[in-house]
Amino acid sequence: MARSATTKRKVINTTAAWIVGLLIFFPILWTILTSFKTEAQAIADPPIFLNFDWTLENYGVVMERSNYMRFLWNSIIIAGGSTILGIIIAVPAAWSMAFVPSKRTKDILLWMLSTKMLPAVGVLYPIYLLFIKLGLLDTRLGLTIVLMLINLPIIVWMLYTYFKEIPGEILEAARMDGASLREEVFYILTPMAIPGIASTLLLNVILAWNEAFWTLNLTAAKAAPLTAFIASYSSPEGLFYAKLSAASTMAIAPILILGWFSQKQLVSGLTFGAVK
Amino acid sequence: MGQIQLNQVTKSFGDVQVIPPLDLTIEDGEFTVFVGPSGCGKSTLLRLIAGLEDITSGHIAIDGKDATDVPPAKRGLAMVFQSYALYPHMSVRKNIAFPMRMAGVPEDEQKRRIEAAAKALNLTDYLDRRPGQLSGGQRQRVAIGRAIVREPAAFLFDEPLSNLDAALRVGMRLEISELHKRLATTMIYVTHDQVEAMTMADKIVVLRAGNIEQVGSPLELYHEPRNTFVAGFIGSPKMNLFDGAEAQKHGATTIGIRPEHIDVSKTEGTWKGRVGVAEHLGSDTFIHVHDTGLVDMVTVRITGDIAARHGDEIYLSPQLDKLHKFDAEGLAIR
Repeated sequence: MARSATTKRKVINTTAAWIVGLLIFFPILWTILTSFKTEAQAIADPPIFLNFDWTLENYGVVMERSNYMRFLWNSIIIAGGSTILGIIIAVPAAWSMAFVPSKRTKDILLWMLSTKMLPAVGVLYPIYLLFIKLGLLDTRLGLTIVLMLINLPIIVWMLYTYFKEIPGEILEAARMDGASLREEVFYILTPMAIPGIASTLLLNVILAWNEAFWTLNLTAAKAAPLTAFIASYSSPEGLFYAKLSAASTMAIAPILILGWFSQKQLVSGLTFGAVK
Repeated sequence: MGQIQLNQVTKSFGDVQVIPPLDLTIEDGEFTVFVGPSGCGKSTLLRLIAGLEDITSGHIAIDGKDATDVPPAKRGLAMVFQSYALYPHMSVRKNIAFPMRMAGVPEDEQKRRIEAAAKALNLTDYLDRRPGQLSGGQRQRVAIGRAIVREPAAFLFDEPLSNLDAALRVGMRLEISELHKRLATTMIYVTHDQVEAMTMADKIVVLRAGNIEQVGSPLELYHEPRNTFVAGFIGSPKMNLFDGAEAQKHGATTIGIRPEHIDVSKTEGTWKGRVGVAEHLGSDTFIHVHDTGLVDMVTVRITGDIAARHGDEIYLSPQLDKLHKFDAEGLAIR
């Protein structure tokens, strides 16, 4: 009896999980499918699911009209650069909060996180002016810095949680063994936290890659990443759903592939500390 | 060389003073054990010597040189932690090599010392394993190996055996004692287990609430405890301590008699009582005697066999020359 009840449960859970998964994935699937339709089929009513004339024409047009590689390259530099820069800054910060906490450590952590609750548009104006003054507008360096700053609270928080799991005695042992602070962080803490650092890295590359508000507002042509590339196809010159979809597919493909290959790492990273 | 001197050392956490002003000298080559109940400050004291905690006031000198503000890495001390604190991402070989790598010891010298340590500690076959693949005892040996290769001025042990099972503990106790005889390096060993303290130490420091209650050799502490705390803490089973009329008879506030210094008879004696639980260890028997009118329970140790059944009447006679007398402050009357 008990056995059949659990089997039934399993079936229900599995079905529910698949439904949720498909619901989440459906918009992405639809975008990918639409990118292979003609413009007429893309807006057909009722919508066509699979039964259309598959074409690569949209991709051809998109490649012809815009310099995809340049957008891609900007995205890679901005997402990768802001993440690496963020981690370099966050490792010492998280180290000090995890291993030499003060009375205010918890407050500082919460305060950092609270900056994420601020609507980004609230600081657009001052940052825009700053960028003009500093000559950072439409530069990859400027965007790298801004994205690093907005993701820094998350990077610090994630690293802090991983570091908290490392027993302090091991670091003390390193100190007793004659390691300087730099050697302690470099030879002991960082290698032990590699799984945590890797998932932090992945998550932040994804966040930075998908970031649209700052990348759209602070770039024009030179430093524009893939978000701007997509946006350029939702233009007032008319509705080109198929081409927009092709551009979107091209923009999300790299990060989708990265996510696919690292999903195990991502899941274990995001549930770290929760299952133990 | 490793003489360690503490001069008026204190430690406070916030407003709480855990170590009141304390003076202590640990001679070069001595095996000193800090012993006391949990929370007595013994581990804190060790961490102060290691430099892992800053002292609040006072001075620490190692080898006659002031080390108060010297960081732990520069004090030339090696420490073995309760949790072993091995580096999980490094092989045993790399774990042992780490302090030498930090000190810039040449590669071939490193190799020589690792091999010597591995041989002495029976780790030769495990050098390429990770700590996670070793048993508790082996991990402990790696931790000791990591400490000896750097040839420190002194070794600090923080309850190193408390995570091991009883049989291994006895074995490792002997190994550490032998290591001390061979290296003749200063060792400071923290434990709450008075058996470890008695068996290993040249000098025992008994601590309570951050205060040194007594410093002495194991037998000094056993024969001449300075106060009731040390009398009750050192020795197993514990010394019997009585207050009241029986004590006054001997001109003291409290008297103490060790279980092994009480003679037992079925017919006559100073105190009469009733046999409770008898613990037979083979070589000895511990009898817990109740209803003596002195305290709840008097523990008696007898060698060999005595037909003492639960509920039997029994007579106890303390050996008067072995009686310990204490005054109203709990201090020994000599």
